[in-house]
Parts: sequence; structure tokens; C-alpha cells
Amino acid sequence: MHGSRRDFLKLAGVTAMGLSAATLGLLGDGAQAADALPQAADFANPLTAKRWAMVIDTAKLDEDTMEKCIHACHSFHNVPEIAGKQTIKWLWKDEFEATFPSERPDYLSEDVKKREFLLLCNHCTNPPCVRVCPTKATFQRPDGLVAMDYHRCIGCRYCMAACPFGARSFNFQDPAPFIKEVNPIYPHRTRGVVEKCTFCVEHLAQGQLPLCVQASEGAMVFGDLSDPDSVVRKVLKEKFAIRRKPELGTEPGVFYIL
Amino acid sequence: MYNAKFIIPGLIVFLLLVLFPFVKGFGTPEMKVELEKPKTAKQCVLKTEQMRDSHMVLLNEWRDMALREDKRVYTAPDGKKYDISLTNTCLQCHENKEKFCDKCHNEVGVDPYCFSCHNLAPVKKEGGK
Repeated sequence: MHGSRRDFLKLAGVTAMGLSAATLGLLGDGAQAADALPQAADFANPLTAKRWAMVIDTAKLDEDTMEKCIHACHSFHNVPEIAGKQTIKWLWKDEFEATFPSERPDYLSEDVKKREFLLLCNHCTNPPCVRVCPTKATFQRPDGLVAMDYHRCIGCRYCMAACPFGARSFNFQDPAPFIKEVNPIYPHRTRGVVEKCTFCVEHLAQGQLPLCVQASEGAMVFGDLSDPDSVVRKVLKEKFAIRRKPELGTEPGVFYIL
Repeated sequence: MYNAKFIIPGLIVFLLLVLFPFVKGFGTPEMKVELEKPKTAKQCVLKTEQMRDSHMVLLNEWRDMALREDKRVYTAPDGKKYDISLTNTCLQCHENKEKFCDKCHNEVGVDPYCFSCHNLAPVKKEGGK
């Protein structure tokens, strides 16, 4: 009886030592040095707006271009590639029924039935994710962007339940091992936080358009929805565009031309 | 005094335990940490003493400025402008976390979680971990 208690205490001691050693372990892994680091002068002429919005011409986007857009986004922002239920996505694609479930078309045209749609965070005017976040980790900026402060995220995933567009992904595990090539000038995320598309705030701050828009070969336009002369308003004046699940009243900032 | 045979030895043991760290540490030299200074720059964002004392406060301010207020440029007291970024500004000069950040952090036993996200860009290039 005494022996077994002593053994138990020994084991407990060794376990405690092991645990404390694990927490001392070094975190993260590095990558190659960056060639072009942003300097203070790069932020002199940021793009600004009252309400950022995006219009996607879905007929112009083919398979290759969509893949290019996704790659441009995911490779820059260090989005890990994880298959299955724990997948992380900022920009992804899906078919009509999943994209516009409330449209309920009985006889879809063959063309639209086959078409895939590029999906991302809609940066809603009334974002439900912001309302439910208990720590204000998710917040809405004055220019309409729904941004995240990963430092504050406690991983409760209320925002994921609230978002009707599935735009948010949770890091169930450390994402670092799943990033093929780490982009050294952009941080990655850690286990236990939610992440999503940022409308490329870091590029807007440097006066550049979002990466997917740059890679879309003109199929996507990005601009100020409140400015009648902006590119997005010009496109919307000419072509009929719809938004995802408008009946929910979140007022998405991403428009789709069919 | 009641129970003096328990209380006095108890007090002695208590005092020994409380004073042990002071007795043990007496005469040992002051803690000194050798840091690898950046080769590319001479002046940090703030004075060395200020950075040593309150770099964590500055980093928190930078985080809120960049994320919440969308202010991306920090003007140092000497007028020089910096991109507000731990990844791209701090770690650009302080290339090797193990030879700079970790030295003090390990010595004083703090474990900040900065580096679970912010890349240690050039460390690998030097053959580090």
C-alpha cells in the first residue's frame, strides 16, 4: 500500500515536470527572410471609404481564375490547408444552391447550375458576429469592414454560430504545421481563435486593392458603396446584382452578378 | 506563554523559510543578461531604458493603433517614422528571438504568447529553430 502511494507521487512529479518542460518549448517556426518589408512610407496613401463593398461578376470567373484568387489570398495570409471538418477558409467556392439558398429556383439554367461562386466574408452592414462577440474581438470599423483582433478572441465560436454565411473558421489545432510556405511578413493564427477574410485591410492601408480583386483579372471590383462615382456603384448601376440571404437583413457588402 | 514549545520552533522554521531566498541570494552578483544587439540599426523606437521597461506597453498600444484605429505609422520621439508591426518592424532588426527576446523572458520567467502567431521570419535563415 505504501509502495503504491510512493509510486503514484513519483509519477505525478515526473508528469508535472514534463508538463512544465512542454510549456517552456519554443513556439512557432520561421521562414525565409522577407525581401520587401512594408515601410512607414508605404502607408502614406491608404485607400479609404465610407463603406467598402465588392462586386463579383460570376460569369467572368472561370475555374482557373478562382483558384488563382484563392491562392493569392491564402498564401499571403498564411491560411493553413486542413482537409475535413477542421478546414480553415477565407475565400472558397460553392455552387448556386449553397450560395443562394433563399432564391429557390425551380428550373435553373444549365449555365448557372454548373457555375461555382466565390465566397468570402460579406462584411455586413449589420454584422451578427459583432453583436454576439462577448469580448469585442470582432468589431466593425467605421469604413464598414468587419475586423478581428485575434489577441482578444477567446474561441467561444459564438460568431461562427451567428454568421449565416459560414465565413468563419475555428483553429481546432495549431495551424502552423499546415501552412505550406509561410509568408514571413504576415502573422499566422494560433490554436483556439476564429479567423476569416479581412478584405485585406493591410493592403488597403498601403493603397492597394484586396489580393483576390488583383488576381481576378477584372471579374471582381472593389470600392466605396457610398460614393455614387465609385467603380462598384458604376457596375451596380449597369448590371443586376444579388446578395446572399438578403432576407436576414444583415446587408452584405458582397454583390454577385449572375 | 501557552504552547511555547510549539510556537517558538514554529516561528523559527517560519522565519528560516521566509528569509531563505535572501540568505541564499546574498552576495551573488546582479542579474545580467547578454543580448545580441541588432547589427543593422543603432537606435530603437524609444530609448533603450524605456524599451526595457515598457516594450510590452508599447506593443499593446501598437496593436490597438493598427487594428482598432487603423493608424499604421508610429512617429518616434526623435521624429523617425515606423511601420506599426511586430512582425515587420521589431523582428526586422531583432532578427533572432532566441538571442534577444528569449534571453530576458527566460531569465525572469515570463512566457508571452506573441510568437505563437507573429512569425520569426529571419531566424530560420540563420539556421536557428
